Amino acid sequence: MMEDDDFEPEAIKRFMYVNRKAPYGTIYALESLETVLISAAFDQDVSVVFLDDGVFQLTKGQDTTGINMKNFSPTFRALEGYDVEKLYFEKESLEARGLTADDLVVEVEILSTDELREIMAAQDVVISA
Amino acid sequence: MLHTVNKSPLERNTLESCMRLAKAGSAILLIEDGVYGALRGTRAADAVAARMNDFKFYVLGPDVAARGLSEAPLIDGIEVVDYGGFVDLVAEHEAQQAWL
Amino acid sequence: MKFGILVNEGPFTHQASDSAYQFAKAALEKGHEIMRVFFYHDGVNNANKLSEPQADDRNLVELWGKLGEEHGVDLVVCVAAALRRGIKDDILAPGFRISGLGQLIEAGIVSDRLVVFGD
Repeated sequence: MMEDDDFEPEAIKRFMYVNRKAPYGTIYALESLETVLISAAFDQDVSVVFLDDGVFQLTKGQDTTGINMKNFSPTFRALEGYDVEKLYFEKESLEARGLTADDLVVEVEILSTDELREIMAAQDVVISA
Repeated sequence: MLHTVNKSPLERNTLESCMRLAKAGSAILLIEDGVYGALRGTRAADAVAARMNDFKFYVLGPDVAARGLSEAPLIDGIEVVDYGGFVDLVAEHEAQQAWL
Repeated sequence: MKFGILVNEGPFTHQASDSAYQFAKAALEKGHEIMRVFFYHDGVNNANKLSEPQADDRNLVELWGKLGEEHGVDLVVCVAAALRRGIKDDILAPGFRISGLGQLIEAGIVSDRLVVFGD
């Protein structure tokens, strides 16, 4: 993003990306991930939340060859290299879908609804799709 | 935080998730198909009425009118606003979260 | 107050772009500033000048363009999302420009509020 190189942010804001949609059925998951990757270059306080069907974005064993779409789940493993380290999952959303931490492609922080509620309430910018 | 919800609670879990994760004291504005969540007498109405003490609920009047619901009874305590009121709500709260 | 707006949907399938437009108009009438509207996902279709709604329908492509020109609102279409959907400079409606996702993050940083409309 060359056009952004000369931009100097005044203060660090808390940016939260909220993912509530499953992958492949719609493009939201993939394009939201692209936003997260770009945001890493801006030195803001970035966190990414997975709720409801958004937790399906990180399940292991995704094989998209039969639908001829790109499997982007491995990209989540690269987020740490972009200094995006705050990946939060809601425990209730996982449990409601019969999933545990072992089913996910990356190590994530699994929070109770109460814990997540406090974090979400403290954000400056919330981007959802 | 101002939460906006644009899905009917009779079709999606969007409003339910919003009410589960919004902090008490937040405002919830129902827009677009979200306005069906403001109606009295639906199977979703009790869940909204039960949270009246936790949240301040608003509904977008132009979306209510567009759907032929101007005369329909709304759940007690829900305030109708226009787009100007929507703007005020955004300005009054530190951030907006869109539940889509 | 300085607002940024994110529009995630195109002008017809979902109400999101209409809602965002009505919100933007009301905010400007109240004396607020809209520093940028960022169009992402199918929202890039709001910038397609080849769009021809029926005569009795609202034309959001034109409405956004006029709002941009009359009030100095920066209308930015995401380049990555636009290329996928065939939105390029030669079919870009007046008032819009194509740029990177960084423009969305910048809007979040610079504006007092970022307001999101999608589906």
